[in-house]
Amino acid sequence: MTDVPMAPARPRRFYWSVRREIWENRAVYLAPLAVAALVLFGFLISLHGLPHAARVLSGPKPATPDEVAAYGRQSMVLMTPQFTPAAILVTALIVAVFYSLASLNTERRDKSVLFWKSMPISDRTTVLSKAFVPLAVLPVVAFVVMLATQAILAAISSAVIAANGIDPGVLWKNMPTPAATVLGLAYGLLAQALWYAPIIGWAMLISAWAKRMTFLWAVAPPLGVCLVELVAFHTHYAWDLLASRVKDGLAAFTVGGLGKAPIHDVSQINPMPFLTDPGLWGGLVFAAAALAACVWLRRRNDPI
Amino acid sequence: MACIEARGLRKAYGKSIALDGVDLTVEEGRILGLIGPNGAGKSTALGAMLGLTEYQGELKVLGRNPWTERDQLMAEVCFIADVAVLPRWMKVSQALDYVAGVHPRFDRAKAEGFLAKTTIKRTSRVRELSKGMVAQLHLALIMAIDAKLLVLDEPTLGLDIVYRKSFYDSLLNDYFDHSRTIVVSTHQVEEIQYILTDVAFIDRGKIVLDCSMEDFEARYAEVMVAPENREPALALKPIQERQVFGRSIFLFDRVERAKLANLGEVRTPSLADLFVAMMTPTGAAK
Repeated sequence: MTDVPMAPARPRRFYWSVRREIWENRAVYLAPLAVAALVLFGFLISLHGLPHAARVLSGPKPATPDEVAAYGRQSMVLMTPQFTPAAILVTALIVAVFYSLASLNTERRDKSVLFWKSMPISDRTTVLSKAFVPLAVLPVVAFVVMLATQAILAAISSAVIAANGIDPGVLWKNMPTPAATVLGLAYGLLAQALWYAPIIGWAMLISAWAKRMTFLWAVAPPLGVCLVELVAFHTHYAWDLLASRVKDGLAAFTVGGLGKAPIHDVSQINPMPFLTDPGLWGGLVFAAAALAACVWLRRRNDPI
Repeated sequence: MACIEARGLRKAYGKSIALDGVDLTVEEGRILGLIGPNGAGKSTALGAMLGLTEYQGELKVLGRNPWTERDQLMAEVCFIADVAVLPRWMKVSQALDYVAGVHPRFDRAKAEGFLAKTTIKRTSRVRELSKGMVAQLHLALIMAIDAKLLVLDEPTLGLDIVYRKSFYDSLLNDYFDHSRTIVVSTHQVEEIQYILTDVAFIDRGKIVLDCSMEDFEARYAEVMVAPENREPALALKPIQERQVFGRSIFLFDRVERAKLANLGEVRTPSLADLFVAMMTPTGAAK
């Protein structure tokens, strides 16, 4: 037997582990793309209203939001800097949660775990590569799809407006600068991934532990705790904790992380409140513990 | 160094004991058949060797503790647990890419060569292949891995006879050489008898027979005895008697062939016959 080189470098095994996750879960890129296509389609069929709206907006007095709503029709709604990112973001979050709930469950149910375990990939590499998909791959996919969609919307609407003899600048005076769009989305996605890491960790833990009905197991016990607390102590700390975990993830996309106005300028990106939030660090510790438990469970679990 | 060395291997699932003090040594370059009835502990024993299950007792595979050193061990050990385990969504080309990507000992050209002998298309997904083709694909992937130990747990379960035959033929002709070790467990004893160098019977978590095929052929003899010779045959303490067409077939362990030749025609029994004799509670084997 010839001596073959030692096991390939860890990055190589990690890379192929992530690739195989994306092969199996094509929704990771197909779902954001499908939503983007839907937005573009909706935009195209509502384009005819755009010149009229632009005329109103470029008139002597500034348009009120009501006028935008009245005249802008869907095309203006779709063009707002929040709509497309929000639609893609929500899609990516749904995909992330369902991906995580299946990540360590499906392989046991279809018994393919025995094939994966016949390869020289440790349980730790496997779990980390699976966590990498919702925490890194999906945000990057969402980022690219959001920017591409925004760019296409901007290009088409500018062309339509210009073709109607109106200065396209009128459309963009209320929009964030390109730099703010790019950096704001990148920062928002990064912060959101960190903030939602414990949710992903929890979903993966349930998928490693439960035999079936992973969604129910992931959702019912936390809600049960809230209910028990409410009934027994008439307080709602658990509920507040869960609710802030879910809704505060979107705050990073807003000015000062306050969840009010969307970011319009690079100077409005301020990570300090986020980085000093104990909830962030507590959540990351929880996520790390959940992933460690996933490694432990995957090691010992049999196929279902 | 022995490839596999187990001493007092034990495993219990709650109150049920799956392995009850298994001692087993498999030298390098052997093909061991691990044969036992359902629930005898075959899969548990193989799972322990592959670092898939925790156990008590001593176990070394290629000099390593399979539970604590699993990650290193898997670079040199490969296994097929059951034909249905290839992920159903995977394309054949993806399976090749993936194994080539993660396994340092995978020879892609070799795998392509095995696949060229089949009708499997690169663009097919596993779910589109027949059961036999999935087994062929899995075997092509595994045989292209230069592993020191290959463990096959019921690899041909649910396959028809043509695939089963070609599975073991290619394993023997295209894969096995004397630096490799193969451990295979199966129900279909008669089909693997000719490829084995060693055999072990396992029953209720214990090894009840462990010998080389040469020893097996030297030890065990089967004689078809006419009714008038039945008494002298019984005097030689057969381990089993069964009736065929009014004659008795006796199975003997360690009885001189010269003595048996007087009773009738002496043959080497099949592993399946010995297995049945040893596993049947009415047999005198225990």
